[in-house]
Amino acid sequence: MNQRALHAWLMLLPALVLLVAFTHYPAVATLVDSFFSTPKAGRPGVWVGLENYQVMAEDPVFWKAVRNNLWFAGATIPLSIALALAMALWVNERIAGRAFLRMAYFTPTVLPMIAVANIWLFFYTPQYGLLEQITGALGLPSHNWLGSPSTALGAVTVVAIWKEAGFFMIFYLAALQTLNPSLREAAAIEGASRWYFFRRVQWPLLMPTTLFVLVNACINAFRMVDHLFVLTRGGPDNASILLLYHLYEVGFSFWDTAYASAITVVLVAVLAGIALFQFFVLDRRVHYK
Amino acid sequence: MSAAPSQRLAYNAPTWLDTLAAWLLALLWILPLAYAVWTAFHPSEYSTRFVLAAPLTLENFERAWAAAPFARYFLNTTLLVFMILAVQLVLGTLAAYAFARYEFRGRNVAFSLVLVQLMVMPDILLVENYRTMARLGLVDTLLAIGLPYFASAFAIFLLRQTFMGVPRELDEAARVEGAGPLQTLWRVYVPLARPVYTAFALVSVSFHWNNFLWPLIITNSPNARPLTVGLQVFSSVDQGVDWSVITAATLMTSAPLLVAFLLFQRQFVQSFMRAGIK
Repeated sequence: MNQRALHAWLMLLPALVLLVAFTHYPAVATLVDSFFSTPKAGRPGVWVGLENYQVMAEDPVFWKAVRNNLWFAGATIPLSIALALAMALWVNERIAGRAFLRMAYFTPTVLPMIAVANIWLFFYTPQYGLLEQITGALGLPSHNWLGSPSTALGAVTVVAIWKEAGFFMIFYLAALQTLNPSLREAAAIEGASRWYFFRRVQWPLLMPTTLFVLVNACINAFRMVDHLFVLTRGGPDNASILLLYHLYEVGFSFWDTAYASAITVVLVAVLAGIALFQFFVLDRRVHYK
Repeated sequence: MSAAPSQRLAYNAPTWLDTLAAWLLALLWILPLAYAVWTAFHPSEYSTRFVLAAPLTLENFERAWAAAPFARYFLNTTLLVFMILAVQLVLGTLAAYAFARYEFRGRNVAFSLVLVQLMVMPDILLVENYRTMARLGLVDTLLAIGLPYFASAFAIFLLRQTFMGVPRELDEAARVEGAGPLQTLWRVYVPLARPVYTAFALVSVSFHWNNFLWPLIITNSPNARPLTVGLQVFSSVDQGVDWSVITAATLMTSAPLLVAFLLFQRQFVQSFMRAGIK
């Protein structure tokens, strides 16, 4: 090895060692551990083959979490992206109070999820909460939004959308600002309607941004659980449980680390799937530059 | 040519309907925060009664501050975010420089190994990382919260892109003047990448200020607890459901980021943008 290569490896070494220790090793160890039983007081785990996965397949809470997570993803991804796009289109124009609007949309992004969840908890509280006051003033019956199984998941989904939309807005805004102004002039001369201009010019040109945001929204749909700790704790009766929260409960409330490893493997597989999709499908197909 | 300037300006201009919708959405978006501010600064009997004459008070903040070791939590979070940022920047700079400017066998493999972290984040590998920390005897320390994040694939990726854009002539000029590789890195590359450093720093600080799940798992006493976990412990222990105090604590923990954001809005937005568009 020549001297330059040696220098390079020396510079890489600290970062690589930490990456291996806290990303690659745990990822592999998780997979291995998912085939062993949970170690108990001094006794190491024994090989159990696919038993943990069998437990998972028979765990109704796991399936509930999967269904909820898909629902959560199916609602947060399109809604937050659509709102983000609308926000960006508005803020990109000379609209009255543009600075305020941009600030209002983006603020939720910088706040800690755990903190804003407290505010939302108050917002949703039966009787006192602002939401109840508004619905009460409109003469609607009282409803426990977080406490009833039919609305708990919807309520936590709203919080996630509120938190994310402003974040995605800035990527759209950045992309809109790089669009060539002569496109708009050409459209104006041709007498294209606003909707037509959006549909045939802006939207296709924003496609790379949309896909970038889409990937991020997918990842977040499986990673965003902080608010559950405050709002519902996955309840009532697991009505709002998500995969990562279930993993937390199994691993750190019930200390069934072997089963938790199996759930982690599922989550890693989901995230890896998203990443591979991005890498092999999106990065090859979308290039407007 | 034919379109008069006024017509051109008017084209695609937001109608009053757009303005109305945009404002409604913005008010909706800011409402929870405005509500929190109202509740935190008024006595609890006004927490849901919106009268202009309601007296202002700081008592909720005093009570929250006294009810939990928030000073300690603030200290922990501050130490934590700056420790993580400092290590991330140093390690990221060195690794990015090696990837950007050195040819060596195994470079592509090493770089793909780095990129793996972009999809398998430490946030997910909770069980194994907890076990590692237990083995190292680091449970309930600030170091344990930070360790999994020290090597940031994101920082390496971002800085590598930037370093690759630095003209090689500058590099060579520095070498001709007798600067070693590390000196070149420090004198030429780092100053040129300053905006990227700012962008990464803002994103990293706000991420780790807000991070919750891993710190929750790895800490079990106020000694190492950051603000987010402290706030959760504080508000979930039955406070007699005194919303005013809980909201005051909530605002307190978000205040540094919120104030920084309001002061440096443009910087924040641009940083998040720069960090996102790789």
